[in-house]
Amino acid sequence: MALKQTRLNEEHRALGAKMVDFGGWDMPVNYGSQIDEHHHVRRGCGMFDVSHMRVVDIKGKGARDFLRTLLANNVDRLAKPGKALYSCMLLENGGVIDDLIVYFLEEDWFRIVVNAGTADKDIAWMKRQVVAHAKAHPECYAESGSCPESECCAERGERSDDSADAAKEAAEKLPLAIADHPEMAIIAVQGPKARETLWAAMPGSQKLTENLTPFSAVIIGSMFIARTGYTGEDGFEVMIPGQAAPYLWNSLIANGAKPCGLGARDTLRLEAGMNLYGQDMDETINPLEAGLAWTVDLQSERDFIGKAALLANPPARRLAGLVLLDRGVLRGHQKVHTAHGEGEITSGTFSPTLEKSIALARVPAAVQAGDEVQVEIRGKLLKAQVVRYPFARNGKSSL
Amino acid sequence: MSTPENLKYTASHEWVKTEADGTITVGITQHAQELLGDMVFVENPAVGRKLQAKEECAVVESVKAAADVYAPVSGEVTAVNGGLDSAPEAINGDPYAAWMFRMKPDNAADVAALMDAAAYQAVVDSEAH
Repeated sequence: MALKQTRLNEEHRALGAKMVDFGGWDMPVNYGSQIDEHHHVRRGCGMFDVSHMRVVDIKGKGARDFLRTLLANNVDRLAKPGKALYSCMLLENGGVIDDLIVYFLEEDWFRIVVNAGTADKDIAWMKRQVVAHAKAHPECYAESGSCPESECCAERGERSDDSADAAKEAAEKLPLAIADHPEMAIIAVQGPKARETLWAAMPGSQKLTENLTPFSAVIIGSMFIARTGYTGEDGFEVMIPGQAAPYLWNSLIANGAKPCGLGARDTLRLEAGMNLYGQDMDETINPLEAGLAWTVDLQSERDFIGKAALLANPPARRLAGLVLLDRGVLRGHQKVHTAHGEGEITSGTFSPTLEKSIALARVPAAVQAGDEVQVEIRGKLLKAQVVRYPFARNGKSSL
Repeated sequence: MSTPENLKYTASHEWVKTEADGTITVGITQHAQELLGDMVFVENPAVGRKLQAKEECAVVESVKAAADVYAPVSGEVTAVNGGLDSAPEAINGDPYAAWMFRMKPDNAADVAALMDAAAYQAVVDSEAH
């Protein structure tokens, strides 16, 4: 099967990027030195093509009620238009279907950005759940069984070739429009100089984004600019129609943004203590076992999918940060020996900021920060220390 | 710098230089370091260890991945480049200067039988297609 390409594929190749198959996408892993790219983001400004991630808009009366049920974090925290919230979407058994960011744009319009590898699964789940929710709570929706947005019908029209699915979807009559936007490109501009770099590349954007607080977004015409990221640095994620993406990308380069590959993105997010779906959690792991309790609202009366399972099963394992004390490099799937039993590294790497090897590991819940553990690397037991993460943010070590 | 003519090579991307005293110096090739990217850790064999040809004897780890390094021929390890402990990135800078370990080969003929630059370049080219 041919690899999928983002709208910036030609730009990556022209820059001499090393391209890899990333979950079916032909993506740049680096453009030369991954460590150099990493430091640029911590010290100046780097940018990433993350157009493989998927934008999903949920529109219609009842959108907020639906998301209250769908997501483990509480969308009622989103009071001001533009505000964003990180959340997991859970199975009934508490397993993580995906982690995502949801933006509140208007009372009848929420925008969700999901991972590339899970996007189709996520959308199918959302559609199934909205039908179930409308059946149980018809009072939340405009007219149960009607189609509230023309867009929703248009979307069905587009897919009419796929006759079985189209017929099924038409029969479903979704109570909300759930439409993805694969035509949108996403460029993440990150680092202490990210904001001024974007403003230089796109002068019209400054006025509209200089007062944007972290974790909030603004719509500018066909563009969407959010002060979010996956690096532990300040910056923006810019969603832009695909055909305009090469122009913005090149303009950012001209203004000093360094193109960075998915390799640096991974070391940056790990230093920042951010989970990677598929590695640090998946459908077999619940958020309480993945260091994501802070994103799960178990306090309010609100019921959500997976809540009962989380309440019924106190976690026996937790995610811990590790710093390797001996020489070597921690990697995913290495076995961890603790005083309380065995664990396993979920993500490990060499940290360019700390110049040490760091990891996230799933360990017995009794393991505490400060404990010394042993990691099995090629048959040898190496010493590592359990630490509270993030490891690094805003340019420096946070240990 | 891609494939120096004065060296011998293995299909597993080690280069081998025969020294005046008959020992050999071993490192990884330009192609190997390019594939791996930024080097962050090198683990060399212990001096005195006896190695069989093609035995896993060292590890190089880049920020991206770990890779085994194999003994090009049978013999005994006589020295290791300790400088790589603190500066593994030297391999990225010049992989043919940043040697990893030295061996006393059991048979000089084994070294002579390794690939020359042209044969190794053909291996690299075939991997690219």
